[in-house]
Amino acid sequence: MKIRYFDHAATNPLHPEALDAMMPYLKNEYGNPLGIYDLGQNARDAVEQARQETALLVNAKPAEIIFTASGAEANNFALKGLAMARQNDGKHLIVSRAEHHSITNTARSLEKLGWVVTFLPLDKYGTVDPQAVKNAINKETTVISVIHASSEIGTIEPIKEIARIAGERGVAFHTDAVSTTGNIPVDVKELEVDALSMSAHQFYGPKGAGALYLKQGSRILPLIYGGIQEGGRRAGTENVPAIVGMGKAAALAVREMDARAAHVKKLRDRLIDGLTKIDKVHLTGHPVNRLPGHASFVVEYIEGEGMLLMLAAKGVYAASGSACTSKALKSSPVLLSMGVSSSMSHGSIVLSLGMDNTDEDADVVLAELSAIINRLREMSPFAKSGWGELKEGE
Amino acid sequence: MYSKKLMDHFTNPRNVGEIPDADGIGMEGNPTCGDAMKLFITVKDNVITDAKFQTFGCGAAIAVSSMITEMAKGKTIEEALAITKESVAEALDGMPPQKMHCSNLGAAALHKAIDDYRERHGAQ
Repeated sequence: MKIRYFDHAATNPLHPEALDAMMPYLKNEYGNPLGIYDLGQNARDAVEQARQETALLVNAKPAEIIFTASGAEANNFALKGLAMARQNDGKHLIVSRAEHHSITNTARSLEKLGWVVTFLPLDKYGTVDPQAVKNAINKETTVISVIHASSEIGTIEPIKEIARIAGERGVAFHTDAVSTTGNIPVDVKELEVDALSMSAHQFYGPKGAGALYLKQGSRILPLIYGGIQEGGRRAGTENVPAIVGMGKAAALAVREMDARAAHVKKLRDRLIDGLTKIDKVHLTGHPVNRLPGHASFVVEYIEGEGMLLMLAAKGVYAASGSACTSKALKSSPVLLSMGVSSSMSHGSIVLSLGMDNTDEDADVVLAELSAIINRLREMSPFAKSGWGELKEGE
Repeated sequence: MYSKKLMDHFTNPRNVGEIPDADGIGMEGNPTCGDAMKLFITVKDNVITDAKFQTFGCGAAIAVSSMITEMAKGKTIEEALAITKESVAEALDGMPPQKMHCSNLGAAALHKAIDDYRERHGAQ
């Protein structure tokens, strides 16, 4: 059976050119970048070249790039590190309801250590209101973190406006740009952010490589203490092959970004047009300000996991923010914050596109998903009568 | 994640639908929690002769609904009342721990359908 992969928000295949670039560092070039002999210096040079390539992707200076093992680590590092370095100035943080778990759970961990956290609400498109950020800032506020774009709803947030507000008030601003970096233009100078997280496997690099951009002069406390790697800000022997792969993937993204975005946007719009024609299927997230390869929906009267299992049986791999697909069995906080009812939130489905997807893939997913929606609705007690019945308790 | 048997009952669910003149109807769950089941039974001479379901829920919830209608058919009321969440899960060759509430949903819906039948027919 032909696999049709519509879960690029989860991860992407490794670009063959990135793999080729990595291979020597998985084989003969095994040196520790701290070694003063040739083998070590070769590894050092490779890491520094990757740092330049990664910096170029976001218009940063190489010295402003700190490699991490993942986007989640970069998010943990940013929020904890910026907050702790400023704890004498205040203990108030601001994050949005659109954040990834690696920000919300880090914020919650800081709450336990004495910080106060404000969670900013979302409008019906999942957008954070910059005015709400302004209103939430108080004398104790030291760090604001707002995601560049949520991988659940695809909405691109007004980062530039929010960063400017933070800057005017002298508050450090971080954005989780894991879903955007490498996929749409991300320019740290234009966005005026102090810190920005990214992840290689979101732009066809390897897993196990991420980075934090940290503006020169910004104070941060390390998450991992030890040696002098990454300027003493992130200890541990560098994952040289993964870093090299990230650099190569970044260079390829700079070159191919426009073509890739145009390709996935065309397919995305076909999916959105086709699926929203079905009765009681709603687009989630912003209709225009959204990731070019991201189409997300809630389908009324049925549940997401059933759709995913039936799609998988047809070779179509997709995702859902449905409670039943998570071990926590909780409704998506992002959808609830946007005003989607708890009942409807269970029918979440996310189709995220990549450069491997074809027109035929889009045709297949449209046909299969329409049939699956009909099939599951035939089984649902709500499809004919609406949510009215059995609704006590909401 | 799911057993072969559970996947079979999810992809080819038995007894989907309504029984218009059912002798008992049981509803359990709530869409806000992500699963809700409506179970219909026909009873003749104290034996469940037909059972159908409508379910809103995940793969496990649909498979449990299918299995419990199969298990209930042909059983006396007393035998059907002995069906538990454990026996349904076992009949599906086991379920992931976080999905056990789905089998509870099935057993509860069946018991409610039997209660409804008894109420309507003035039984004990």
